[in-house]
Amino acid sequence: MKSFNHASFNEHEVIHQLKHYLPAQAPLKDFIHHNTLHAFQHMKFRDGVRHASEILGYRSSLSLTDFRSLYEKGFILPEVLVRIIIQRKGVPHLHEWRKKALTQVYDNIAFPRIGALRANWKKHYRIDLDSLVQPTLFRILCSYLDQGIAIWNFPVREKTFLAAIREMERNTLASFFKGKRAKHLLLETTCEIADLLKIVVGDESLYTRYLFDQQFSHQGWSGMVSTIEDQPFTILDSRQLSMHDLIVFELLMEIDALDRQFKNGWKPLCESLVEKPIELFADVPETEMHEVLFIWQEAFEWSYHDQVLAGILQKKNAPRQFTKKSFQALLCIDDRECSFRRYIEEFDHESETFGTPGFFSVEFYYQPEGGKFYTKLCPAPVTPKHLIKGIGEEKRQKDAYLSKTSHSIYGGWLISQTLGFWSAFLLFLNIFKPSMGPATASSFKHMSKKSQLTIENKNLDDRENDLQIGFTIDEMANRVEALLKSIGLVKDFAPIIYVIGHGSSSVNNPHYAAYDCGACSGRAGSVNSRVVSFMGNHPKVREVLRTRGIDIPEATQFLGGLHDTTRDEIIFFDENSLSKKNLESHNKNEVTFAKALDFNAKERSRRFESIDSHLTPAQIHDKILTRSVSLFEPRPELNHATNALCVVGRRELTKHLFMDRRSFMNSYDYRVDLDGKFLVNVLRPVGPVCGGINLEYFFSRVDNQKLGAGTKLPHNVMGLIGVANGIDGDLRPGLPSQMIEVHDPVRLLVIVEHFPEIVLQAIQKEAPTYEWFLNEWVRLVAVHPETHQLHLFADGKFEPYQPTVKQVEKAANLAAVFEENPENLPVFELESF
Amino acid sequence: MKSFLEFFILIPLIGFLVSLVLPRKNETLIARWAFGSVATHMISFQVFLIYWLIDGYQQINLKDYVLYLTDGYEFFLDFYFDKITAVYVFVGSLLTFMVALYSRAYMHREHGFKRFFNTILFFYLGYNIVVFSGNLETLFIGWEILGISSFLLIAFYRDRYLPVKNAVKVFSIYRIADVGLILAMWLSHHLWHESITFDKLTNAELIHSHLQEHSWVGIFIALMFWLSAIAKSAQLPFSSWLPRAMEGPTPSSAIFYGSLSVHLGVFIMLRSYPFWENQLSVRILIGIMGLLTAIIATGIARVQSSVKSQIAYSSIAQIGLIFIEIAAGWGAIALVHFAGNAFLRTYQLLVSPSVVSYLIREQFYNFMPKLRSIEDSFPKKMQYTLYILCIKEWNLDSFMYRYLWNPVKRLGQRVDFLTLRRVIGIFVPAYLIGLFLVYHKDLVSEQVQHVLPIVFSLIALICVLKSFTERKQARMSWMLVIMNHFWIALAISFNENFSFTDIHIYLSGITVAGIFGFLTLRRLVMLEGNIDLNQFHGHSYRHPKIATAFLIACLAATGFPISPTFIGEDLIFSHIHEDQLVLALFTSLSFIIDGLAIIRIFARVFLGPHSKSVYEMAYRSS
Repeated sequence: MKSFNHASFNEHEVIHQLKHYLPAQAPLKDFIHHNTLHAFQHMKFRDGVRHASEILGYRSSLSLTDFRSLYEKGFILPEVLVRIIIQRKGVPHLHEWRKKALTQVYDNIAFPRIGALRANWKKHYRIDLDSLVQPTLFRILCSYLDQGIAIWNFPVREKTFLAAIREMERNTLASFFKGKRAKHLLLETTCEIADLLKIVVGDESLYTRYLFDQQFSHQGWSGMVSTIEDQPFTILDSRQLSMHDLIVFELLMEIDALDRQFKNGWKPLCESLVEKPIELFADVPETEMHEVLFIWQEAFEWSYHDQVLAGILQKKNAPRQFTKKSFQALLCIDDRECSFRRYIEEFDHESETFGTPGFFSVEFYYQPEGGKFYTKLCPAPVTPKHLIKGIGEEKRQKDAYLSKTSHSIYGGWLISQTLGFWSAFLLFLNIFKPSMGPATASSFKHMSKKSQLTIENKNLDDRENDLQIGFTIDEMANRVEALLKSIGLVKDFAPIIYVIGHGSSSVNNPHYAAYDCGACSGRAGSVNSRVVSFMGNHPKVREVLRTRGIDIPEATQFLGGLHDTTRDEIIFFDENSLSKKNLESHNKNEVTFAKALDFNAKERSRRFESIDSHLTPAQIHDKILTRSVSLFEPRPELNHATNALCVVGRRELTKHLFMDRRSFMNSYDYRVDLDGKFLVNVLRPVGPVCGGINLEYFFSRVDNQKLGAGTKLPHNVMGLIGVANGIDGDLRPGLPSQMIEVHDPVRLLVIVEHFPEIVLQAIQKEAPTYEWFLNEWVRLVAVHPETHQLHLFADGKFEPYQPTVKQVEKAANLAAVFEENPENLPVFELESF
Repeated sequence: MKSFLEFFILIPLIGFLVSLVLPRKNETLIARWAFGSVATHMISFQVFLIYWLIDGYQQINLKDYVLYLTDGYEFFLDFYFDKITAVYVFVGSLLTFMVALYSRAYMHREHGFKRFFNTILFFYLGYNIVVFSGNLETLFIGWEILGISSFLLIAFYRDRYLPVKNAVKVFSIYRIADVGLILAMWLSHHLWHESITFDKLTNAELIHSHLQEHSWVGIFIALMFWLSAIAKSAQLPFSSWLPRAMEGPTPSSAIFYGSLSVHLGVFIMLRSYPFWENQLSVRILIGIMGLLTAIIATGIARVQSSVKSQIAYSSIAQIGLIFIEIAAGWGAIALVHFAGNAFLRTYQLLVSPSVVSYLIREQFYNFMPKLRSIEDSFPKKMQYTLYILCIKEWNLDSFMYRYLWNPVKRLGQRVDFLTLRRVIGIFVPAYLIGLFLVYHKDLVSEQVQHVLPIVFSLIALICVLKSFTERKQARMSWMLVIMNHFWIALAISFNENFSFTDIHIYLSGITVAGIFGFLTLRRLVMLEGNIDLNQFHGHSYRHPKIATAFLIACLAATGFPISPTFIGEDLIFSHIHEDQLVLALFTSLSFIIDGLAIIRIFARVFLGPHSKSVYEMAYRSS
């Protein structure tokens, strides 16, 4: 036996390391955006993506061909490219590197490091281990985890995965294995991973590497197992599954497959190894190709970002003086609300809009009447201590075609001869006249408009499963204060303050949770908007707030609502709580909202091929409604696609700019927060939430096959937790191509309106927040609120920054632009403002 | 009224052919053309149907073009219309129309938009030929088109590993169905001494008189019909291909494997029913196997945790019941059941992605942690045993490998010593000697003349076995496939009454296809270097045109109805006597493996993840 140096194998350490690198996507119902390459976030973005690419085989940027074609089409500006090359390479090398960027051919036929060790099975043993093991492994895993597709569930569900398999193997005439040895190992030994690896691999120094190769050959399932192990609550019907069990079972199946193939025995993998593969995590040196790609990446990013910054410099808006305010509206920072806010302000000059994360600073679990579980309604990392219960629910419709009766012999016989014919008619209806049905995932179903909520806690003993039911006056006041101060809304209140969450509706869409509000853990924001409105209206809460310097006039009322971003519809809750006067103006405002929604629909329609954008807003809106319930429409909406910016500041900073629907907008007034205390809170979610969304779109776009889910058209739902292609495939984490195809993979540019030194203080306060900015996974520019000077954050400090782009054009006729142009649009200066 | 039948073949044919030349970028035009031509077909058919019903719904038989005629052999197209056809066309056109409309938006911007609609229309053409066919020869044309279009649709995502692997798998099962039909055609030719039309099959007296003398032939033919039916309809033991065929875009899975394609086995049984109506043993066998399938497939469906495989196995179970209904003689019920099942499964597959939000909401409100199914009350040992068997699909998937393809591969490996040089060195002189003997039959004794065909067909079989297991060179494998046909031709030449024209018809197609295929492969080798057959190379990624050209060569060489070889194959079989079972066996085995070897070359060279662009390809496991 060839002996390599003996590195000792530590099972726990390896599993821990593996889990760090595996995809971290939760089951479908809890789809939450995150940085796909989170494991490399301790490095600079530029180094991180290079390492990820070389080690794990991902594509980490667009291809040279893509970049060059963007350059041809004018989406990458020549002057920006020149600037980036000069920055990186110096003036003397400009010509040389420009040529390299524009014409040099680079061959990338190298193989990634991952998989190199296990490739030897095929090379030297002529055995396709993956084909022999994976389909069965996936099926067994999926059956164990299944959340409700199978009619006959996994027989042993209360035990850990391995214990369940062991119990079944002990008491059966059949077997999951084909040979005797694997079964014997399972039943008679403790199945230590190291022992099994000794049989399969042989050389201890290769164990870690082997496990990485093995688990990354099906990173979809491995990632799911790892996530469920860490967050067991992401599946409702709980199971005890661990990476350890998965690895043991997979090794046993490999032994079994090898035993079967080589009836006369076989030697461990190390025996046939000629040379040891290169260390998996060894440093990846930067090649010329990497450099060129990164030059392009930066040129691409700044070609857009510079326009925004130039636009900000172009016109300095004085804070607006309102003679009278009709209403104020708080919406989510979500990029999809960007255009909606623009229209609201356009159609009602006396209105004012604000952006804040869509859970509106209230974090809790929610349980509707009859619900068997709690739903978390706040950003994923937060663990709430409060529970809000719904009382009174609407009846749910059933769908016979999604029920399981049709899968039994007799039921199937009966149904196929009766309902079978009806389904032809239903299909006909669905094609010619799509409408909302029980199968539709609708944002308005999240919480019934008619239900009551237990928001106020009057008795501290009112608890359930260690959660306090409702909030006390003081807790409510804290939250309302935090909300209002973070957005700078502390005086000049309008008579009605709308708090509008958002959600989406779609049908035939396993990724439906990704379309809802990320700040509400992938749910609609209706409960939160209602809860915070209740708090804001509570007289006692207002009393407390008054002592803290927020004096809300008695006539002012909060009103909760929900904006459906797919259908461009809006509903309001508890309108009967409005005073007579407010109700009157609310009725008027509703007309404004309706008009804004129509126009918003029209603006969105420029991306939709099935809708003629020349029609009137109302006509288009009708088509948008149909589209959202069409079975055959894989793009009910485009979600966060094209997101590129996050503006933290007063509305005046960017109100004059057309930023398409590409910006997260968090209202923030530095004057209310001169020492940056609230800024820490405001910037904390910017990395994980906005940056997470941005990078998930980024990586799903640049490598839709490995980091994204590929096209969704052939997807098959596995156990209600994930999607796969066909029935034998690995799970596909990430976003399907239909969600990201129009996305431009540029990093998020965060623009903060505050003094650079305060911003620096704020981001340095917490290490995880700082990592995002320091390692440049999101870019950061501070706008000096007094001088309007731009400061770019790089290498740990702010430096003054001058955009290469000097001016943005005025938009002559935006409506016409929307009608003719489905592509990404440049930044314009708005005329109407 | 008769001439309308031609019209119903012509519309899909024109629809398909025109769709091939539409501009690739123009989605609207392609989609409009596709559902336009299907709609024209559907509406004109429905008008025709009403007229036919009012007219007294008599069977219609139309003897159409005679493609080839010699003494004792007539190859003609024949179309037929009765209530079975009526139901199949009604359901098929309605579903295809709706799915074509559905796919317009669904497939928007998908890479391969045009290819998808081409294949759908091709499938639709094949479907109509099958259900309108009036004799086995015509049916077989449609049958072959369905096989190829299925292959192309399963491998629609041709840059991924699993779709391609599964497409080859499904094709190999379809090949078994093909051979069942070929053998049925062969023997019925000897039984009736003509190409029997389905119209005549309804004549009970005629059948009775013929079968009395040749009862074993009757049983054999019935079993061959049944073999192709169960393979095509995914009955035991072939069931495992159906869920694995669900690799294409959901609407294509819905219409092909959810409804139309999978019910064609049922169609064969309905069509051939008059033939085996009085063979009680056959009917009992069909009924029992139907029941067995229904039970086993239901068990497998119950444990499926993925939504599409669950629908697939439920559908298989229902088709098992339909087979029982046919065997019991309840044709009308079977037709109703077919239509209901087809509509139901199509719809279920189309809404299958909705299952997540729907069932999770249901679970949220109705969850019961200790919810048990009926099986939980079984004794533990029985429960675990059955569960494991169902999860492993009763080993049906490995069954085909273990008992059919692996032995074939092992046989092929026995002749591994044959290198390109040796093949040419041995086979070419041997062939020349054989050829010499054909022209000078008087030189060999009568006895030897009887043995020679078997020897030559054995050599043909060895060629194709070697081709099927060749690993090193794609071109070598291709040459062997072509050689196989020449040896078969030689083997048949020793039978009396044989005409050289027949052989020429057969070989002319093969020769052209062979040379064309060889040249395209050579072109690719010049561009990309040697191509082994050890793995999928995915060269269609960079050379889609060469891939298309080679596909055409493959089709011509497999006896697809675009070359004279197609008629030739049937002709060849007509020259095998009914007592030459060994020869028939070798030749049909050659045909099965030949088709597989050709598809294997095509798949390995042109499909799968592109081996030179690792960074742009999906994971193998996905």
